[in-house]
Amino acid sequence: MSDLAPAAREEAAPAAGGEAVSAPAVPVAAGPVAAAQPGARRTRDALHFALRNKKVVGGGIVVLAFLALGLIAPLFYDYGHSEYVGPQSSGPSGEYWFGTTTFGQDVFLQFVHGIRSTFLVGLLGGGLAALIGMTIGFVAGYVGGLVDEALNMLTNIVLVLPALAVLIILHTYIGITSVPSQALFIGIFSWPWVARAVRAQTFSLRTRDFVDLARLSGMGSGAIIRREIAPNMSSYLFMTFILLFGGSVLFAATLDFIGLGPTGVMSLGLMMNNAVHWSALQLGLWWWFLPPGLGITAIVGALYIMNVGLDEVFNPKLREM
Amino acid sequence: MRRYFARKVAIYLLTFFVAVTLNWLIPRFMPGDPVLRMLTRTSVSNPDAIAPMREYYNNVFGLDVPLWRQYLNYWAELLQGNMGISVWLFPAPVTEVILDAVPYTLALLIPSILLSWYAGNKVGALAARRKWLDNTVLPLGYALTATPYMWIAIVLAWSLAIIAGVFPVAGGYSFDLQPSWSLVFFNSLIQHWFLPFLSLFLVAFGGWAIGMRNMIIYELEADYANYLEALGAPRRLIRRYAFRNALLPQLTGLALQLGVLVAGALVTEIVFGYPGLGRLILMAIQNQDFFLLQGAFLFIVIGVLIANFVIDIVYVLVDPRTRTGMTGGAA
Amino acid sequence: MSLRVDNLKVYYRTLRGDVKALDGATFTVADGEIMGLAGESGSGKSTLSKSLIRLDTRMRLVEGGVELDGKPLPIGDQDAMNAFRFKEVSLIPQYAMSALNPTRKIGKMISELLGARGVKYSEIKPELERRLDLVGLKREVLNNYPIELSGGMKQRMVLVLSTLLNPSLLIADEVTSALDVSTQRAVAETLVEFRDREFVKSMIVVTHDISLVYQIADTIMVMYAGKLAEKAPADVVVNAPRHPYTQLLISSLPEVGVRYADRKLAGIPGSPPGLLNPPAGCRFRDRCPLAFARCVEEPPFVEVDKNHHVACWKAQ
Repeated sequence: MSDLAPAAREEAAPAAGGEAVSAPAVPVAAGPVAAAQPGARRTRDALHFALRNKKVVGGGIVVLAFLALGLIAPLFYDYGHSEYVGPQSSGPSGEYWFGTTTFGQDVFLQFVHGIRSTFLVGLLGGGLAALIGMTIGFVAGYVGGLVDEALNMLTNIVLVLPALAVLIILHTYIGITSVPSQALFIGIFSWPWVARAVRAQTFSLRTRDFVDLARLSGMGSGAIIRREIAPNMSSYLFMTFILLFGGSVLFAATLDFIGLGPTGVMSLGLMMNNAVHWSALQLGLWWWFLPPGLGITAIVGALYIMNVGLDEVFNPKLREM
Repeated sequence: MRRYFARKVAIYLLTFFVAVTLNWLIPRFMPGDPVLRMLTRTSVSNPDAIAPMREYYNNVFGLDVPLWRQYLNYWAELLQGNMGISVWLFPAPVTEVILDAVPYTLALLIPSILLSWYAGNKVGALAARRKWLDNTVLPLGYALTATPYMWIAIVLAWSLAIIAGVFPVAGGYSFDLQPSWSLVFFNSLIQHWFLPFLSLFLVAFGGWAIGMRNMIIYELEADYANYLEALGAPRRLIRRYAFRNALLPQLTGLALQLGVLVAGALVTEIVFGYPGLGRLILMAIQNQDFFLLQGAFLFIVIGVLIANFVIDIVYVLVDPRTRTGMTGGAA
Repeated sequence: MSLRVDNLKVYYRTLRGDVKALDGATFTVADGEIMGLAGESGSGKSTLSKSLIRLDTRMRLVEGGVELDGKPLPIGDQDAMNAFRFKEVSLIPQYAMSALNPTRKIGKMISELLGARGVKYSEIKPELERRLDLVGLKREVLNNYPIELSGGMKQRMVLVLSTLLNPSLLIADEVTSALDVSTQRAVAETLVEFRDREFVKSMIVVTHDISLVYQIADTIMVMYAGKLAEKAPADVVVNAPRHPYTQLLISSLPEVGVRYADRKLAGIPGSPPGLLNPPAGCRFRDRCPLAFARCVEEPPFVEVDKNHHVACWKAQ
């Protein structure tokens, strides 16, 4: 055990780089303590600290505000985001809050539709990547042996394969028609670092007393992973999902910007694509290209900040910092 | 150590094999055969010169040879450096078109990666030490790393090039110049290079600074740090150790980030009309030039694999644990 | 008298209030004494041993003082304490396996540490090498990375390093728990030898394993729920304990050489009280077979026999 613990942390840490932001290293030592503590109290504690953590609350408010904007704002419009409704290339005004495009489309309406796509692709893409990564990580770490070797090989291959390049090829040939299918492809190629980190954690948890006990009491492997191992990593898994969410959003924005996004759906990346394509920079239509990037930065940045806060909540050692 | 490298190389070779196979598989099994469509369209506009392209197509995608034969032919052509002929820049061979663009992409990527990694680690380590710096670096770092590459490129192009007029907006060098070994041309290259470089640098910098800051905080909680503190070692010594040890995961992080950095370079090039692989890919997509697109894909994969291998070598140089052969280092 | 601890109270700050992990300890350790410190998890023995060298960020010195060789030890002041660490008070940590910086050659790390403490490596190197010989480590280990050493070798390396400056007090925290039985023996014997050669003046050996500490310790102190229960010469504690908790503890040891369980004493029903708001009076009384009315008052830790201190009404 004592040999595994640092190894686990070391493996988890590089995952950090995976999404440009440090994935939280799991406090391995917290395992037995956490296990000894009743789950309900642990949750209550976490909630207590979370609601008092400025980073969590601040980040959460920003994310929820954008989510609400994306969900509600489009309902107030009786025209579509691509319709030519207003004067061409006019700046922000009372009627068109974010101005209009060179064709007279409402930038604010495009923006709020883009926010919708952003959340959808983050939720689905991040969720799928989390699901694949955790499943592979749990199975590899728990079963071990040949299965582990094979899954590890697969993980390493997908890990070094430049995901965006593969997605470009796939998108060009297949053609993406909806945000969920875009999210599907993104999810399929962004799980490896999660699998690696989860595998290392599972490895260090599977020899703990409470897992042994479960095994002795005749619990099946699936049930042990679900009921004994996963809950002990729940905080880590949650933070991982947040990072994957942010990663998916940035991925989708890149694809949309290249022009490989879903057809007929407005997204923040596509807005930037259009703005650049129709010379908004040269024409000085800043209201067209500033909001979409700002929106992505705010949402993803708020998520990351929230994650730092959550790390402090779940990892008492960091609270003193 | 030999085992460590053998394992790494095996993974890289396997990855290359998978990439090549995907590259052959995807167009081969697409409904409607988009490559054939592309060729048909080209043969209408360019009926005489299409022959070598047809031959290549029949060889690696065509229906007159069995599947396994097509696959082997694809490898054979590939190993001879033949990736077909570009439709967009007909009749230039894909390999040639790409090799012309690669230096520009590398000129952006290599300096921005190295400098951002270096500066990010330094600043991140400082941030972990001083509260006020932490309070500024942390939000700034998270904002930068959450920024989409193309947006920061757009903002820089708009503010510094179009409004302030300090830098040129687009291209790899001035339109009125021909590539030559002159000072004027070199000067133009640097001016056009600076903004795309800066946008890549900024986003990556944020990520490294945060990564280092967080890693150091964990390192300072490590057993060896606690032991040194119990023995009354000054904070300076402990921080020095923590920094060095935190560099190792940062190095692994660099390997993992390569794909994202390349993606960043591609979109940045598109914004600045910079004549590297990114713009090539955009053109290939817009002109439905599938051979060119696939060639660019393979070049990116090869580049990332080589870079990974270089990082592995560096890792062995800085981590005694891989050198002594006791553990596998960063798997 | 090497170490004198007077009514020491160290609490842990937590969300729900202070955990009174060490709630008033008064005892002494004589020159040349090896004191075993025993107790269950949460008895306060780790808190006590930690507070003698370095309080962690959540620990708070509430009351009391510590004197080493007649001089007050500023345990509540991290910076002032630094001058004493390593030179006067030193530690062999529980995590000796991972106590050495993994990316530095051991010799280099030692030289950097000594340099930072104002000691010349070149001057102390001959003594360092003599001590390596003594514990059976080759001098070449100084050119090795920690990962090249086995667990037992790392343990001995840490032992040599921690005692290199001949500290007055050495705290050995669960030094044997990660080792196999034969290595445990060797480490324990080395501790005694270091005392005999006066590399260290006195020693506190924190342990779960009474049977092992019995073989090397001059005295044993037993703690329960943040309080001292009993302190006496080792053979008295093992053969004629006076505190009911010690009695149960000893009787639950099937035979010498077998360790008792980490978390719970099989032989004693119930569990220790929570230390957030511990009950007044004797903290063992809920589990104590001899408890009577007076136990609602707190029993003082008094000398009932020569060098034999007990905190129990029944023992007086």
